[in-house]
Amino acid sequence: MKLVVSLSEIREEPVAWVGGKASALARMKRHGVPVPDAVCVTTEAYRLFVGEAGLTERILMELSRKPFAEMRWEEVWDAALRIRNLFLTTPWPPHLYAALAAGLEGFLDDRPLVIRSSCPREDSAESSFAGLHESYVNVRGLEATLEHIKLVWASLWSDGALLYRRELGGDVHLSSMAVLVQHLVTGEASGVVFSQSPQDESEGVVEAVYGLNQGLVDGTIEPDHWRLDRETGAVLEHREPLRSSYLGPDGLGVCTYPLAEAKANKPPLMPEEVTDVFELACHLERLFGVAQDLEWTLAKGNIYALQSRPVTTLDSGDTTGRNAWYQSLHRSYENLTALRGRIENHLLPEMMRAADEMAEVPPHTLSDSDLAEEIGKRLEINERWVLVYWSEFIPYAHGIRLFGQVYNDAVKPEDPFEFTTLLTHTPLVGIERNRHLEELADLFRTHVDWQGGEGFGGRTLSSELEEALMAFIDTYGALPWVEGKGSRSQQTRDSLVTLLCEMARHPAAAEFIPEEAPKLEERFLGCFPEEEKAYARGVLSLGRSSYRLRDDDNIYMGQLEAQLLRAVDEGRQRLDNGLKGPGADQLRGEIERFGIRTTIKSASSDTAVELPVVKARQIMGQPAGQGVAQGMARVIRTPEDLAALKHGEILVCDVVEPNMTYVVPLTAGIVERRGGMLIHGAIIAREYGLPCVTGVPGATHRIETGDRITVDGYLGIVTIGESGDVFKQA
Amino acid sequence: MTNPTRVVETILSLLEAQQLGVLSTHCQGHPYASLVAFAYTDDLTRLFFATPRSTRKYDNIAADDRVAMLIDSRSNEEVDFHEARAVTVTGRAHEVAGDDAVILKELYLTRHPYLKTFLDAPTCAFMVMRVQRCILVEQFQNVTEYEVAP
Repeated sequence: MKLVVSLSEIREEPVAWVGGKASALARMKRHGVPVPDAVCVTTEAYRLFVGEAGLTERILMELSRKPFAEMRWEEVWDAALRIRNLFLTTPWPPHLYAALAAGLEGFLDDRPLVIRSSCPREDSAESSFAGLHESYVNVRGLEATLEHIKLVWASLWSDGALLYRRELGGDVHLSSMAVLVQHLVTGEASGVVFSQSPQDESEGVVEAVYGLNQGLVDGTIEPDHWRLDRETGAVLEHREPLRSSYLGPDGLGVCTYPLAEAKANKPPLMPEEVTDVFELACHLERLFGVAQDLEWTLAKGNIYALQSRPVTTLDSGDTTGRNAWYQSLHRSYENLTALRGRIENHLLPEMMRAADEMAEVPPHTLSDSDLAEEIGKRLEINERWVLVYWSEFIPYAHGIRLFGQVYNDAVKPEDPFEFTTLLTHTPLVGIERNRHLEELADLFRTHVDWQGGEGFGGRTLSSELEEALMAFIDTYGALPWVEGKGSRSQQTRDSLVTLLCEMARHPAAAEFIPEEAPKLEERFLGCFPEEEKAYARGVLSLGRSSYRLRDDDNIYMGQLEAQLLRAVDEGRQRLDNGLKGPGADQLRGEIERFGIRTTIKSASSDTAVELPVVKARQIMGQPAGQGVAQGMARVIRTPEDLAALKHGEILVCDVVEPNMTYVVPLTAGIVERRGGMLIHGAIIAREYGLPCVTGVPGATHRIETGDRITVDGYLGIVTIGESGDVFKQA
Repeated sequence: MTNPTRVVETILSLLEAQQLGVLSTHCQGHPYASLVAFAYTDDLTRLFFATPRSTRKYDNIAADDRVAMLIDSRSNEEVDFHEARAVTVTGRAHEVAGDDAVILKELYLTRHPYLKTFLDAPTCAFMVMRVQRCILVEQFQNVTEYEVAP
């Protein structure tokens, strides 16, 4: 089978070799529709590449650490990043390189190219992978072309594509991909057209932007939108956006440019051009026999078809909404920068103001009914911010991911998560809080009465220590394992003393700075030419900001919740003291609402209980913090379990909640059921250089407190028990 | 039939065709068997595999370096009883690291390229077995011994 075929050669080649996109373009070309010149790198080239160096098996091993259906999106993303890096770092087999270079030779000149996926099963009437596989615009030269072919291949294994295949129910693993290498046609206007609207079958839709249509497709630029009558072609409605920018090629890649005023006031298409575009889509519908979704560009009076596929949303189980959800897994730099502005300039300050305002109303000064009202108000405030947390803060984590991808593309490191090293020691509130805690422990350790902890037994502490304790509690609230019963303030103080004594008995845990960390920033920025350094710095800054918020948002949310808890505590105390009457009923009502409130805590999905005769010996998870540790397991099933944690134990939990950060410096390692490289537990583990394995199925059920376990943070393996144990009864 | 060349060739072709073998170790006299991905040198003096250091097989070998490995061509069909071959290789195994391991690791990865990440992990031990003897079983109960190193 040929590795590279030109569009005009594609006639009888099965779709399995050239993919749907190339096949459709070849057909359009044969029927006289203007299409950009192109060649297709067939699926045979993909097959040869992944067949080398065990890539196929490495991909499958990556996706089989646990049953694929049980992988969380974060874990799928991590796996996708690892796979992407395998493509980037696997060298070309020399014979394949030579064959592709020879095949592309006649086509490549100094003109810019577009590299697109053309997947055999990509676009059919049943499913659409539109936007899930990558396209790269404005690529030049053989080396860059080959590099981007690898990236398009890797996008077959992107998180979105994997999850979408999982949802379609097909075999996630059986996949292949051809790649289309097109000349870039830089039109004056571009867009998409549906010969039949996904929303209304009597209508068609035209959307257009100035410049490249990449901006429209990835949602960066809002298009002009026309609804047309399918029968008559008459325009039913024209929705105009605020036109301010367009996407055009820059050095290598694309860039958003401001739109000249004359253009900003004028739609990108004249009325007759709207009709021409729609006509073309209808022509293609007749040609292919189904309604078409066409990407086009208008250059010097010619409408070029860039790609065309069946409209998937009519009569099929698939909906634009679903595919859109998978697409939304990736956000653009522009989108994230805007989100960053909103979060840093508006949401966080607003949130802190809300906490401060609540702090100014001491619950004990309120009448019973005012207190009930105040609890209600605080519940609403919390509710609102929980929504913001899910809709704004959580998606902002994509900033870390975008940075990771840009880092890997530029640096091509052996370790696909090297970029996280560059992000550690971004100042985090949780780590700052731990520093204060360690200062307190040090006051204990160096106190004249300390005597290795003996001196503090059962005694009140000196007034300066008590003051320091109170100051800490005022700033950060109670430890998470203090539940609101009885005299809370006494409990809050006592539990803090217990923790501090445990800390003071051992040397302070040092924060961990990997040797190579200082060099990585230089290494990263050094990969960019001068004119792109500003972009590289911007992405790094975005990554750091996003990384910081990943931890900080939880602390801020905790502060809001602390204010709510204060009011609820006061209410409970009054009820415990025998309060009667309408005020009491009101309070009881609000406290009930409190009990069922929405929180940011993720629910544990894991309730499997192992039979005693079946015991886990080794469990595979993900390596999320390098290093290896051995110690007694401290399994956290309720927050109170944290209170018993001793220095040198291994924290085993469902989810490392941000409030658990306190005890992390005492631990020797972390095991977590929830999976991911960028989740809170993994971030904190790396800050202290602790071995960490995440994504361990059933961690808190399959491991018991007191089990001796080994955490292998390099391989992502947790081993339970001593190796000789099994032979003891033998 | 004890044509030495044929025996060595048969053993080599059996090793060549198989990716996995059953490693035998013991813990205080109690036998313990593990499935491992192996590779070997063509002179049959070395056979090697990799394991995390937290495993039983690793601890067992640390306590006693005497090991055996079973490699066979069974297809899990009736014909196995006259067709399948098995070789039991005995010897002593040690962890090898640094310069001494470079060439053998390369051989290992040529055979098992998908194990690169595994092998590269600092917690993964590369174990080399110095082969003493190969015991070849064919046609149900024909057994031939080949002494590699005294």
